[in-house]
Amino acid sequence: MDSNREELLKQLSALDFTVIELNLYLNTHPRDRNALMKYNTAVEQSKMLRMEYERRYGPLTAYYSTSSYPWQWICNPWPWHYSFNFRLAGEEC
Amino acid sequence: MWIYEKKLEYPVKIKTPNPKMAKVVITQYGGPDGELAASLRYLSQRFSMVTPEARATLNDIGTEELAHLEMIGTMVYQLVKGASIDEIKAAGLDPYYADHDRGVYPISAAGNPFTAAYIQSKGNPIVDLYENMAAEQKARATYEWLLNLADDPDVIDPLKFLREREVVHFQRFGEALRIVQDYLDSRRQFTMPKPKGME
Repeated sequence: MDSNREELLKQLSALDFTVIELNLYLNTHPRDRNALMKYNTAVEQSKMLRMEYERRYGPLTAYYSTSSYPWQWICNPWPWHYSFNFRLAGEEC
Repeated sequence: MWIYEKKLEYPVKIKTPNPKMAKVVITQYGGPDGELAASLRYLSQRFSMVTPEARATLNDIGTEELAHLEMIGTMVYQLVKGASIDEIKAAGLDPYYADHDRGVYPISAAGNPFTAAYIQSKGNPIVDLYENMAAEQKARATYEWLLNLADDPDVIDPLKFLREREVVHFQRFGEALRIVQDYLDSRRQFTMPKPKGME
């Protein structure tokens, strides 16, 4: 397993989780400027990491992502495969 | 519409197969307080929801529940993958095996197939938001009972994440309910105001 890939996926997952959490919070607090700023920052950071991840390890979507030849979307691993994921168990949150 | 992203919301990496655990975790896939029911409930209710805040809350939590459904499916898949027939028998998973082999099928822990009867979409925003707050609490409790049954850190870790999400969703639905109540209580004038001097 490529440890660089795991590390990048971990950072991307953390950022995307921040985005999801702020998304839900902003839905009921649309005028919280501080949260909005954090949301915008996290989205920009996530975009950059996503580009980096896709450039190295292939498309994350079959919609926004381009693919090298041959069509990379069908390549393993898929998210439900053991080898796809990094391990967080035992780490401090 | 939806766009699939090829990653989990939170990682699931279970090294040791455990069909006994799969047999109970599956209840959050297709059981009464599971993720499929949650997603279907919120995504159906959003059509008749009022206020921008509450509509977005249903839409986005309903979407996140699909990501949770995928995590639970992944847990079941990894828990039964590589389990021997003897282990499956010992776990009492042989009736499931007879119908589904090691495939993932939406049932409850007791084996009842998924049904839309688990959810409600009442067309009334107050009724629906109360239902959702109850649903999040029921799901939180289910995750706690599953945590009581788990001893593998690889299983405990994603279950704890999912339990925490129920707590956050409950909070967001509570806020949405308050916003909707304020909206429904506010005086809304539907008539043309009279011109000056004619009040």
